[in-house]
Amino acid sequence: MMKLDPKIPPGPLETKWDRRRFSEKLVSPNNKRKIRVIVVGTGLAGASAASTLGQLGYQVECFCFQDSPRRAHSIAAQGGINAAKNYQDDGDSVGRLFYDTIKGGDFRSREANVYRLAQVSTQIIDQCVALGIPFAREYGGQLANRSFGGVQVSRTFYCRGQTGQQLLLGAYSALCWQIERGQVTMRPRTEMLDLVVVDGQARGIVVRDLVTGQMSTHTAHAVVLATGGYSNVYYLSTNASGSNVTATYRAWKQGAAFANPCFTQIHPTAIPPGDVHQAKLTLMSESLRNDGRLWVPKMARDHRPPEDIPAAERDYFLERRYPRFGNLTPRDLASRAVKAVCDEGRGVGPGGHGVYLDFADVLHQEGLDVVRERYGNLFEMYQRITGEDAYHAPMRIYPAPHYTMGGLWVDYNLMSTIPGLFVIGEANFADHGANRLGASSLMQGLADGYFILPYTIGHYLATAKFTPVGEDHQKSRAALQRATARISRLLNSKGCRTAASFHRELGQLLWNHCGMSRNEEGLKLALTSIPALREEFWRGVMVPGSGEAFNQELEYAGRVADYLEFAELLCHDALHREESCGAHFREEYQTDAGEPQRDDSRFAHVAAWEYREGASPALHKEPLLFEFVPPTTRSYQ
Amino acid sequence: MKFTLNIWRQKGPGEKGRFVTYEAGDVSSGMSFLEMLDSVNQGLIAKGEEPVAFEQDCREGICGSCSLVINGIPHGPDRGITTCQLYMRRFPDGAVIRIEPWRARAFPIIKDLVVDRRALDRVMQAGGYISVNTGGAVDGNVLLVSKDQAETAMDAASCIGCGACVAACKNASAMLFVAAKVSHLALLPQGKPERTRRVRAMLEAMDREGFGSCGNHR
Ligand SMILES: Cc1cc2nc3c(=O)[nH]c(=O)nc-3n(C[C@H](O)[C@H](O)[C@H](O)COP(=O)(O)OP(=O)(O)OC[C@H]3O[C@@H](n4cnc5c(N)ncnc54)[C@H](O)[C@@H]3O)c2cc1C
Ligand code: SF4
Ligand code: FES
Repeated sequence: MMKLDPKIPPGPLETKWDRRRFSEKLVSPNNKRKIRVIVVGTGLAGASAASTLGQLGYQVECFCFQDSPRRAHSIAAQGGINAAKNYQDDGDSVGRLFYDTIKGGDFRSREANVYRLAQVSTQIIDQCVALGIPFAREYGGQLANRSFGGVQVSRTFYCRGQTGQQLLLGAYSALCWQIERGQVTMRPRTEMLDLVVVDGQARGIVVRDLVTGQMSTHTAHAVVLATGGYSNVYYLSTNASGSNVTATYRAWKQGAAFANPCFTQIHPTAIPPGDVHQAKLTLMSESLRNDGRLWVPKMARDHRPPEDIPAAERDYFLERRYPRFGNLTPRDLASRAVKAVCDEGRGVGPGGHGVYLDFADVLHQEGLDVVRERYGNLFEMYQRITGEDAYHAPMRIYPAPHYTMGGLWVDYNLMSTIPGLFVIGEANFADHGANRLGASSLMQGLADGYFILPYTIGHYLATAKFTPVGEDHQKSRAALQRATARISRLLNSKGCRTAASFHRELGQLLWNHCGMSRNEEGLKLALTSIPALREEFWRGVMVPGSGEAFNQELEYAGRVADYLEFAELLCHDALHREESCGAHFREEYQTDAGEPQRDDSRFAHVAAWEYREGASPALHKEPLLFEFVPPTTRSYQ
Repeated sequence: MKFTLNIWRQKGPGEKGRFVTYEAGDVSSGMSFLEMLDSVNQGLIAKGEEPVAFEQDCREGICGSCSLVINGIPHGPDRGITTCQLYMRRFPDGAVIRIEPWRARAFPIIKDLVVDRRALDRVMQAGGYISVNTGGAVDGNVLLVSKDQAETAMDAASCIGCGACVAACKNASAMLFVAAKVSHLALLPQGKPERTRRVRAMLEAMDREGFGSCGNHR
């Protein structure tokens, strides 16, 4: 029977983390050299963790599927990273960042974790500056800030529209140093396909060398997963095409609980989808909403060009529905508001899948040069993709799957329900509740990797007992066997449909029934359609080439196979949660005004799902206690 | 739109490669170059043939994965963008397009259009960092950095590590890549203490990896 012990230190919120750190056992420097840690993933979370663990003296083995650790998906983050520095003296503080994040997450995250995140945030900026990250500066030479998605203070640090790139290159450079020093062994183009669990402890992973196709087992004293999010289960998303659920999903099948899988964030401002060949959706940074105004025609099916629609016939729907936050309303509410107006037939552009994001006012008030300086690269990107010039006509945008708040369940020490398996960054579930605020994922990834995991893993390594485990261990061989069998099965399925065609069909199904809004009927339908599609996949998929060579289609088909199983878990979770909270909107649970209705009496819990072979997943609940911020209706009106 | 593609196919490292011609039909002008290749590949897979291997991930010009030489030019005909940011409206209907991998001694071919760029990582490992431990950093505003200097450092730091400069250079030199990192760090006060050592170490690594040297060719 699975036990969920969040291990939150008791006592005052402000000192929980200090007290936990002080009470932790340490590993002596001599022993560290003998301890091996596997880190899977080199995004902000993985690279910062691997480099810090290496620096502390552990022997680290680090994996990623890209050709270089620097290409992890974190590289694509645009807008910025939050920290409670209060450099602007606009009333920010650790307490306020904590409060904003708890409220933004619609009271579905753990207070203790979020408070720690806010505390650590200030150290992250200092560390990043020390690593040479060229943050934007004021004329006086101080660090600059901007305000970002859903908050009223300016606490976001940024490097033009390339913040993720710069933060990742910083963590990557720290990783390079530790590789050079021999503390970290880096294995790029290597994909984790299974987890080795011995005596209930995570002791290694099975990987496939993506160049030679060779399968092997790597063992260690602990395993850290930093493998990112699973938005690509929807087929079209803003994520890089390689982002996947494989590592966390396979760990789930070995006993790690999966928490809140249905909390998936749909970002309001992406470029609308085009034709069927489209492979990804491109995000237009949320920072555009600082100056751009969202609107649609008041009249349905109004096909006049935007400039011919007079102001009185436009509906600035965010400003109307959420006057206090206006165009800066948080992502979940903004996305749904967009969907609502499109469902009313007031959407613009091909298929009515779009709304205007209009810069006419700021262009008029502040001039072309100012707008160009602020958003020039985004306007260029928009033009390249759509062929349209947003300086002269409003942009068109539409929501897109973007981020997953759900992930493997972890306790306060970032350890999953499998002892020795730690999960950090987007791959875990902990800090963002039912909705993530802008610029807070980069913060969480680096908080986990630089400042939290390196402490908490030490305590585990200092106190756990270890038996010797190598590649020859029976459990290692069994894991290798599982992974190998799955690959043979993919290669032997002699159908004629491509993995992409299944992926697209699954994505469409999820988008329709478990996307921006969900209802019981649709979810039940999805739960019967997904297994059928999965069977069809195993009968009808075509994977050319061999397993003993570089084979991109095989890699991809393996990921699609996992999505086809995982999607079911996602729908189970959405079906169980009979309330609307954050990004999870159940149509049955809304107010007359169409606002979400949360149900704290029945659903103030983390839903942690346990894998059961041949049966539907078992639900375990971690109650969420709010000692410091009493839950209120999350109002942005 | 329709295109004729001459694509470099090579089974593996050290094998003999050759150009193979494919027809890409039913292409719309709003498709990206990589989506056009995807659709050619979908056709190949459905027939049980091996698709053309090429590298991509972010598809928005930032990860540095995509790496195609298109009609002789790394990343294709437009300036300042990567292969994944190229759209088919850029090509006239019916055009013949030649697609090759990066070609350089330091970048051995893995398969078709995919090359091994680990040499760039090793150059970074030789010195492309500031030796600073996690923890104990001073407040970010203790050392002021002028806006101009931060902007110039950011210009250099924008390098995506794609290796197109190597593919474009007659000597397959990685000088641009190295210079980008060296200037980024040397421009900031935090990077100054190690700047001499950094340049030497990275240049030595570059030579060791088999990149050519800069001949100031114009
Ligand atoms: C377009 C875009 C813009 C964004 N902008 C912002 C922003 O402005 N601010 C913000 O805070 N957040 C932003 N986000 C969210 C943020 O970028 C991500 O949530 C965050 O970077 C995730 O970091 P990570 O380290 O957890 O995972 P990732 O960066 O996704 O890294 C995952 C790593 O795991 C490896 N991996 C995965 N599976 C396997 C496997 N099976 N085997 C081996 N290796 C594996 C990959 O190779 C990679 O190294 C944005 C996201 C997108 C898509
Ligand atoms: S300097 Fe070279 S590696 Fe860097 S972005 Fe330019 S072409 Fe790519
Ligand atoms: S795919 Fe990332 S830069 Fe082209």
